[in-house]
Amino acid sequence: MRLVVDLNRCQGYAQCAFLAPDVFTMHGDEALMYDPLADDTQRENVRRAADACPVKAITLDYEDQGAADGKAGASRVG
Amino acid sequence: MSVDGYLETLRREGRIVVVGASLAGLRAAETLRAEGFAGTLTMVGDEPHEPYDRPPLSKQVLLGKVPADHTVLPRRRPVDAEWRLGAAATGLDLAAKQVRLADGDAIDYDRLLITTGVRARPWPRELEADLDGVCVLRTRDDAIRLHHRLKAGPRRVLVIGAGFTGSEIASACRERGLPVTVAERGPAPLVGALGGVVGEVAAELQRAHGVDLRCGVQVTGLEGDSAGRVRQAHFSDGTAVESDVVVVALGATRNTEWLADSGLGAGPRGIACDAGCRAFDVRGIVTDDVFVAGDVARSPHPLFGYQFLSLEHWGNAVSQAEVAAHNMISASADRRPHLWMPSFWSAQFGVNIKSVGVPPMADQIIVTQGSLAEQRFTAAYGYQGRVIAAVTFDQAKWLDFYERQIEQAAPFPPEFTTVDRRPEGLQPVPAGFPDPSLPSHGPTVTLSGHSPTDRRVSFTPRRA
Ligand SMILES: Cc1cc2nc3c(=O)[nH]c(=O)nc-3n(C[C@H](O)[C@H](O)[C@H](O)COP(=O)(O)OP(=O)(O)OC[C@H]3O[C@@H](n4cnc5c(N)ncnc54)[C@H](O)[C@@H]3O)c2cc1C
Ligand code: SF4
Repeated sequence: MRLVVDLNRCQGYAQCAFLAPDVFTMHGDEALMYDPLADDTQRENVRRAADACPVKAITLDYEDQGAADGKAGASRVG
Repeated sequence: MSVDGYLETLRREGRIVVVGASLAGLRAAETLRAEGFAGTLTMVGDEPHEPYDRPPLSKQVLLGKVPADHTVLPRRRPVDAEWRLGAAATGLDLAAKQVRLADGDAIDYDRLLITTGVRARPWPRELEADLDGVCVLRTRDDAIRLHHRLKAGPRRVLVIGAGFTGSEIASACRERGLPVTVAERGPAPLVGALGGVVGEVAAELQRAHGVDLRCGVQVTGLEGDSAGRVRQAHFSDGTAVESDVVVVALGATRNTEWLADSGLGAGPRGIACDAGCRAFDVRGIVTDDVFVAGDVARSPHPLFGYQFLSLEHWGNAVSQAEVAAHNMISASADRRPHLWMPSFWSAQFGVNIKSVGVPPMADQIIVTQGSLAEQRFTAAYGYQGRVIAAVTFDQAKWLDFYERQIEQAAPFPPEFTTVDRRPEGLQPVPAGFPDPSLPSHGPTVTLSGHSPTDRRVSFTPRRA
């Protein structure tokens, strides 16, 4: 699953690193590193991390947000 | 047809073309759809990949923690576009409203958004640039190549240029245990972006992590062996360094060549646009159907003396793309200005560096919290008696507060008291920018409002 973190917004609270340690890790005291293509087995952990982030810095693909309009007009690539 | 009628038709069945399918292009496409654009949307991108994120390329990817093809950007919503990937735009006909592609196709548009960004500036001497082992880092393919080189265990890496990208590459090399030399023409790393005082801290950081840092020198030549592999670099101080990987990190060139002769105001400094992201033509007249966003754009910011800022920042690309997309399908009264507060981050040598505002405009700096020696501090930058920027090393939590100070044109040196103030932070000192090109007038505006829809500019009297 795809994700991106807005590191301007991120405050290094590390909630995500507790909830999905296989995807988010702190590098030094405050810098966050993450895997932008998390393994699908991590989906629930990553969703929980995105919900728990106090500054809403984590963006998931709409398909992983469980949004109501999620299936409308799938994009084509190629 | 009335203007309203035109907009109605545009929103329902218009044709929008986005050239440059990366961060800004994707976020604009999402915004267009989110705001109800139902016409045809074409995304033209010369890279063969769907939009991906660049910041991890010099961090997680070079460290080998994440493969380069893991950085494809998530979609905030379906964009229902026709994707023309691997197709470079080669020309623009403003009168015919047409974009020409390298494969000979031409695409008609009613509204065009240009988000062609920048590319890495190559090593200026072509023969030397072609040597095996000479790399740059801008794209995913560059990252794959460079990572491959680092993994092979070179004897020494030479990084030319100690800006953010060069410094992050050096950091990744050290973390991988590779010997690395950094050559910087200026007096310290990051000096152009953050000034000499903070640059000294960055220099300390590099040396403490075992970087062979050489400032105030230029690389005068690269030398290859008989097989065409780079072997050695010569410096202006007469010294030389043996190195089998050379990373050229000398900044970026704007991707505007394809617009030469188009009549658009596009050149080596980017494409100038108004605060509503509408591009200027060569006559200095603003167009109404061509918009720009992201690294390729240059737009005036009222808070910073109406200077045209070109910002190679991730957050700017996102924010400007959203504003441009909104304005492309909105009546003039509903358009919004791009009044983003410049912000960026960098992670290097285990330190989280963040900045708000425009440090290079500053004449003075004061360490308001923490200590330079401990490499953990907050510094405020002043310009003509107001706070114009702030930078933190591992103290990101204070930055929001300083952002408010900048928006309010708060006085510099700051009058507030702070926690963890040290003796070194009692007096401002010169910020130490190499070539201050300061605008001539003082603060006359402040920003207010927090959501993009209610951002306002108010004129304020100049402080004595
Ligand atoms: C290694 C690296 C690390 C970074 N780290 C940070 C960071 O830590 N923090 C931060 O704030 N910013 C960082 N940035 C900057 C950030 O990535 C950029 O600001 C952002 O990518 C800008 O997005 P953009 O869409 O405007 O331009 P780009 O991402 O440059 O995209 C432009 C796209 O247009 C394509 N294109 C160009 N010409 C044509 C043409 N004629 N036809 C078709 N397509 C064309 C290009 O190939 C490219 O795909 C980093 C950048 C790099 C390279
Ligand atoms: S929870 Fe949010 S703020 Fe905290 S480290 Fe993760 S992304 Fe950053």
